[in-house]
Amino acid sequence: MSLATRIIPCLDVKDGRVVKGINFLDLVDAGDPVEMAQIYNNEGADEITFLDITASSQGRSTTLEVVRRSADQLFIPLTVGGGISSTDDVNQLLRAGADKVSINTAALKRPELINEISESFGSQVLVISIDAKRSRSSSGFEVTTHGGSISTGIDALDWIKEAIERGVGEILLNSMDTDGTRAGYDLELIRLVRAISPVPIIASGGAGDISDFAKALESGADALLAASVFHFGIYRISDIKRDLDRKGFTVRQGNQIGQN
Amino acid sequence: MIAILDYGSGNIRSAQRAFEKTKHQVIVTSDYQEAAGADGLVVPGVGAFGSCMKALLKIDGDKIIKERQQEKKKTLGICVGMQILFETSDELLDGESIKGLGIFPGKVVRLEAPVIPHMGFNEVQVDESSKLFQGIEKERFYFVHSYAAKDPVDGANSYCDYGGGFLAAIESQTVSAVQFHPEKSGAAGLALIENWASGL
Repeated sequence: MSLATRIIPCLDVKDGRVVKGINFLDLVDAGDPVEMAQIYNNEGADEITFLDITASSQGRSTTLEVVRRSADQLFIPLTVGGGISSTDDVNQLLRAGADKVSINTAALKRPELINEISESFGSQVLVISIDAKRSRSSSGFEVTTHGGSISTGIDALDWIKEAIERGVGEILLNSMDTDGTRAGYDLELIRLVRAISPVPIIASGGAGDISDFAKALESGADALLAASVFHFGIYRISDIKRDLDRKGFTVRQGNQIGQN
Repeated sequence: MIAILDYGSGNIRSAQRAFEKTKHQVIVTSDYQEAAGADGLVVPGVGAFGSCMKALLKIDGDKIIKERQQEKKKTLGICVGMQILFETSDELLDGESIKGLGIFPGKVVRLEAPVIPHMGFNEVQVDESSKLFQGIEKERFYFVHSYAAKDPVDGANSYCDYGGGFLAAIESQTVSAVQFHPEKSGAAGLALIENWASGL
């Protein structure tokens, strides 16, 4: 009896539409995040993450609508990130049907936000998203913003320790060095964070080859997030679960019941 | 009719939609009469034990649940909605221990595993007399919690293991509860909800 590794596809959503290209031909509307999420659910995704990259406030109400429609149809956990800067934002998303929220820049600007959210809603709703990049910082990694282009000068491990103390329930660990390269997750980064983190770690950034997923788990990740390998149809979620199962990792065989 | 008790913030929309998949009408309410009178009552729960209890007491949720128990009307607790059925919890609120409803004896304790919260799909060792898990004994369910009850209740006790065994689900004559989220456990969770609803 053991906990299954979570495989989490991530969808970038802007103004209610999926941004990155999707390579499934059987979609009615390739830009609809809800339909995409539903397909991933049917393929055995253990959670879904929406990253909202909308800038305008009008676009944000569209996001809430997407979350509402997802909650109507999707019976696996949904995490929403992007642009969250207050407990009000969190409340709106949870009320709309999100299970977890992920915060990034807003927590760097005002770390108390972590305490406020975890005290109001419980730490289990709160994911801290860290964009880490190799640097001369003491741990060898620093925290960046704006997709890795802006340095904060904050050491990644110091920030993670602080976030855990303040009450985050989970760490979404994005490597800005491997993101988009499909050269594999940054295993050294995962190992360093595992050594200091008692909360679950979601590895993100760099998944390309099917063997990358098992390597991230061996390095200490609890869950695996990926975007492009799924969106471009390079691997199906079931391919990854089969490979992990073969290598002795526990996976959930998704949603067989009632699907004849 | 199934009533989902609305006594605070959090995602109850998913629970509402999941229970709507049964043949029953579903309402989300904090009204005493509606909640006390419904054929089935669902008590969700997110956040800390203490803050959950405080919010529950504000709408007389304790009285609603106990009145239903006396009248043999069925109630289903989910996640912290299960924990508050016990006497107390190790999870403190501002350093204070908060009392639960005490419908079941025992204390809710912190899980002892290297990685906490326990988050993700896990297996359940299903009690042979379970009705909730009929036909889905081998499935996985979605857990997200750091505390759990361990003392068996008078009824069916189904266990999960994460750094030690704990109660994944309890079923007594009228009050049942699950530590996991059936509304987030895919098709298996919907089947469990159907099992509960078909007994109303």
